[in-house]
Amino acid sequence: MIELKNVVKKFGSFTAVDAISLEVKKGERFALLGPNGAGKSTTIKMLTTLLRPTSGSLLLNGHNVVKEQAAARKSFGIVFQDPSVDTEMTAYENMKLHAVLYGVPKTQLADRIKELLELVELWDRKDSLVRTFSGGMKRRLEIARGLLHHPKLLFLDEPTLGLDAQTRNLLWEYVQKLSREQNMTIFFTTHYLEEAEANASRIAFIDHGKIIAIGTSKELEKRTDSKTLEEAYLKMTGTKIRDEKVDKHNSRKEILRSRAMR
Amino acid sequence: MRVIYYLWLRQLTRFTRSKSRIIGSVGQPLLFLLALGYGLGSVYKKAGDGNYLQFLVPGIMVQTALFAAMFFGAMIIFDRQFGFLKETMVAPVSRLKIMLGGALGGATTATMQGALVLFISFFLGFRPYNWAMVPIAVLILFYLAVAIACFSSGIGSVVQDMQGFQAINQFLVFPLYFLSGALYPLDNVPTWLRIVAEVNPISYSVDAMRWALINQTKFGITRDLIVMTITLIVCVVFGAQRFRRIEA
Repeated sequence: MIELKNVVKKFGSFTAVDAISLEVKKGERFALLGPNGAGKSTTIKMLTTLLRPTSGSLLLNGHNVVKEQAAARKSFGIVFQDPSVDTEMTAYENMKLHAVLYGVPKTQLADRIKELLELVELWDRKDSLVRTFSGGMKRRLEIARGLLHHPKLLFLDEPTLGLDAQTRNLLWEYVQKLSREQNMTIFFTTHYLEEAEANASRIAFIDHGKIIAIGTSKELEKRTDSKTLEEAYLKMTGTKIRDEKVDKHNSRKEILRSRAMR
Repeated sequence: MRVIYYLWLRQLTRFTRSKSRIIGSVGQPLLFLLALGYGLGSVYKKAGDGNYLQFLVPGIMVQTALFAAMFFGAMIIFDRQFGFLKETMVAPVSRLKIMLGGALGGATTATMQGALVLFISFFLGFRPYNWAMVPIAVLILFYLAVAIACFSSGIGSVVQDMQGFQAINQFLVFPLYFLSGALYPLDNVPTWLRIVAEVNPISYSVDAMRWALINQTKFGITRDLIVMTITLIVCVVFGAQRFRRIEA
């Protein structure tokens, strides 16, 4: 379903992603874990056609994401790490626009929007401007929107960031259900290692733009002689705190600025 | 088509929800109309050219639509900053459609603002030479607004922040407007200014608007429309090219 070969992304002279190769099979729930600035979001951005790789090849559902952007885009849905809803429109309008962008058939449109807004408990606020929502509510709306078109492949970039435990559980339950019932492939990143442990069928650790380990949660624990995934993770990536070098909006500028200051 | 329609609708919805934007968009052109129309009216009359307000209104309508349509590019920058742009960038829809939907929406709201200024000018004493030509004038304005909205989406795709965008407005759009003959006749100006006006595409929109509203034209409506069409094509290609290459 997903295939990366020797993928490199450089911002100026900074290498954010350094020759990554990995493969995710259909129906897998794959977690990409790593410290801040390790290259997780950059990898997802390349996979979702938002960034062009410096070199290497990325295939989604057999489509080259650089050369066959449109076909690649049809295969996936994404819940972004940072906000991407239009706050000057209502929740319903955001959902509707998404459905139109993804060609959800008219006959299913209303039912699906209702189902998902009910799932994230926003149905009674469907006609409120998103501007008036709390952070958690906006996040829930993003999740509902990402699931709206029932993609074959779903990217979740730190989807539970800033959510309460209830909503987190609800989200993972639903994702599990989609993965089971529709054989949907899930590719996600998170900083909550217990989420990865509970929901991922396979996990990769990434650090300094390189994949340092890959396997099931149990395998990774065994390899490092750890009791939990968190322990394994810390053993492999170290305990030092990282600065996030790649800013979400202005990656290139941010890099240059941080370099200039050094 | 559905995608274009909904992205068009988004622009319209957001515009009609923002009262401050509607008032703000008409405020500046009205100030121009009042200050220049009444301030220079007597001088203009003494020079033997007749009623300045009549002459000025088509130019001010172009001003309104021009800057309102440029605002669409700013919307792209806002969408980038607030994250919504990503939502459209990963959608399985051609970027051309996404840009066109938005640009047509931006052009529609810009035209509405221009039409509103025209409506207000009726109360200030402006009279078109033929009322039946008013819809044609609005169409011409829309034609210009589409080109400018596409142009501004190209700018909004390249420039990353509002400061940069404002700089383009200050150093490119304002000069184009002031040197277009929107505010003064181009008959007795120095040669350099006449040449600048003749290579300035905005001059032809102003001229076409005058043709429609007060039956005056310097270049002739055929030449006006040819230049406007070429401008439109160049702007659509420029906007589409730049918009397609956005990385987020």
